[in-house]
Amino acid sequence: MEIRGLSVSFRIGGQYFAAVDDLDLDIPEGETLAVMGESGCGKSSLAHSIIGLHDPSRTRVEGYIGYRGQNLLTLCEAELNKIRGGHIGMVFQDPASALNPLMRIGEQIAEPLMYHTSLTKTEREGRAAQLLRDVDMPRPEQTYWQYPHELSGGMCQRAVIASALVCRPALLIADEPTTALDVTVQARILELLRDIDASILLITHDPGVVAETADRVAVMYAGQIVETAPCAEIFANPLHPYTRSLLSAMPRGQDRLYVIPGAVPSLENMPRTGCRFGRRIARMPEDCHDDAPALREVSPGHYVRCSCHAVFELCHC
Amino acid sequence: MSLLEVRNLRVFYPVRSGVFGRITGCTKAVDDISFTLEPGQSVGLVGESGSGKSTTGRAILGLTHISGGQILFEGEDITRLAGRSRSAYRRGVQMIFQDTYSSLNPRKRVLDIIAEPLRNFERGTPAEERRRVHELLDTVGLDSSCACKYPREFSGGQRQRIGIARAIALRPKLIVADEPVSALDLSVQAQVLNYMQDIRRELGLAYLFISHDLNVVTHMCENIMVMHRARIVEAGSRHDIRHNPGHAYTRELIASIPGINVTGGAICAKHSCTAH
Repeated sequence: MEIRGLSVSFRIGGQYFAAVDDLDLDIPEGETLAVMGESGCGKSSLAHSIIGLHDPSRTRVEGYIGYRGQNLLTLCEAELNKIRGGHIGMVFQDPASALNPLMRIGEQIAEPLMYHTSLTKTEREGRAAQLLRDVDMPRPEQTYWQYPHELSGGMCQRAVIASALVCRPALLIADEPTTALDVTVQARILELLRDIDASILLITHDPGVVAETADRVAVMYAGQIVETAPCAEIFANPLHPYTRSLLSAMPRGQDRLYVIPGAVPSLENMPRTGCRFGRRIARMPEDCHDDAPALREVSPGHYVRCSCHAVFELCHC
Repeated sequence: MSLLEVRNLRVFYPVRSGVFGRITGCTKAVDDISFTLEPGQSVGLVGESGSGKSTTGRAILGLTHISGGQILFEGEDITRLAGRSRSAYRRGVQMIFQDTYSSLNPRKRVLDIIAEPLRNFERGTPAEERRRVHELLDTVGLDSSCACKYPREFSGGQRQRIGIARAIALRPKLIVADEPVSALDLSVQAQVLNYMQDIRRELGLAYLFISHDLNVVTHMCENIMVMHRARIVEAGSRHDIRHNPGHAYTRELIASIPGINVTGGAICAKHSCTAH
């Protein structure tokens, strides 16, 4: 997957405002890429635009989303349907609402096979049963015939992951897959995601989840990627002021948590010139952040969109 | 004398079935738990959803019917209190809720929301009331011009701070905080937690801090209780719970925390899996 110059804009009061602004991203085969950021930074808009889940009457999507050389944005609905579900699977935040309450778990998992493969009914059922075992569902034979309301949140999320994986997709998009789950269940779901062969685009706000699963991390702020680096590198050597602020806001044994001044700007009030995070840095040198900084490579594989990271100091005021 | 003493608390919910809705059994939400809370102490209550931690909090506030046991607040059993002494208890204990959307009345101005407990317990003139609300807004870091706005005009973190201002309006001795930051973003969470710590220091409050997030609880509380299936399975100081957990469930909980471990000054990613 290759994304170039992607912009997603929403119409608010007759005007379009960009939630994702000129974004470039690569998801290599077999890798897990985590997109991290707070709410309102455009993470979910990015995920939804990849599989065309946005509302076309209110949303404008521009740019290039290349999947194996095909631009997904120019495909018609029917062509797109062949790719999503088949080549690209999706896991949503709330497993209970992602499943059809009137269909048995096994049938739901087998359903995508009906559209994307020419397997017979028995083969489809066999594959679904196999997947229930693959995602470590407790009592898989029994669960096959159960309805979503009979399962716990963690089991539902396993079922959703199984149905996303049933067509052996090359890419799995997971939008906050563990946010609604308990920590002990979350740990098992993350373990499951680590064992999947497909590429994963993991959208999350939790740096802990990123550290557990990702190969590469892209930190998003206000519709832009502000820093991208291999997972270990971003936690060992975070450079962008936003990444560093976010990591110091996590309770990790420090006496006082770091508070980022201000709030994520709303779409209408997004600063369109200059650095978008600049105004939230306390004690900024005056001459920095006049121009919109570009994403620059500081060390191999580590890109930062910031002109002042060398002089930036977190201050606890 | 302890500020709060909970003795053998039980909360059972009846299970009704059949045509006549007869009680055929019960769900044990809280089953025989006991603990004490000293003035100014902050205790964390962790556990997964359905473990009974919220029910415990609600029982302490008198928001749910209890099936057995005693809750002593400053030596008095609150389940038996009535009239004046019950209203004194209500002044002394306040709650901060998880959902800031449903816990603030959308039709009231912030001024009225924060002044409501004051109106219930302290008959002040409108001018006094306004002055007090402005003081409270200032304590939680909100501008006094916010007083005339409605809750919808605020972000999640600001709404939670309005909830905190309302909770401290009567200078309570104990605040039960039920998942106060789990609906908030990381940076907003940091802000709310810092305010909660400052206020505690200023007013000498005791907290019962209910959360599923062990990191947040460790940050906020000196003592932690772990609840599992309606019982307290382990209680101890935060250091003991984090570094020397005794119960198998606590160990699993700690192993499940996705995390970035700080070792030797550098931060490294931890790949942990659950303890089976």
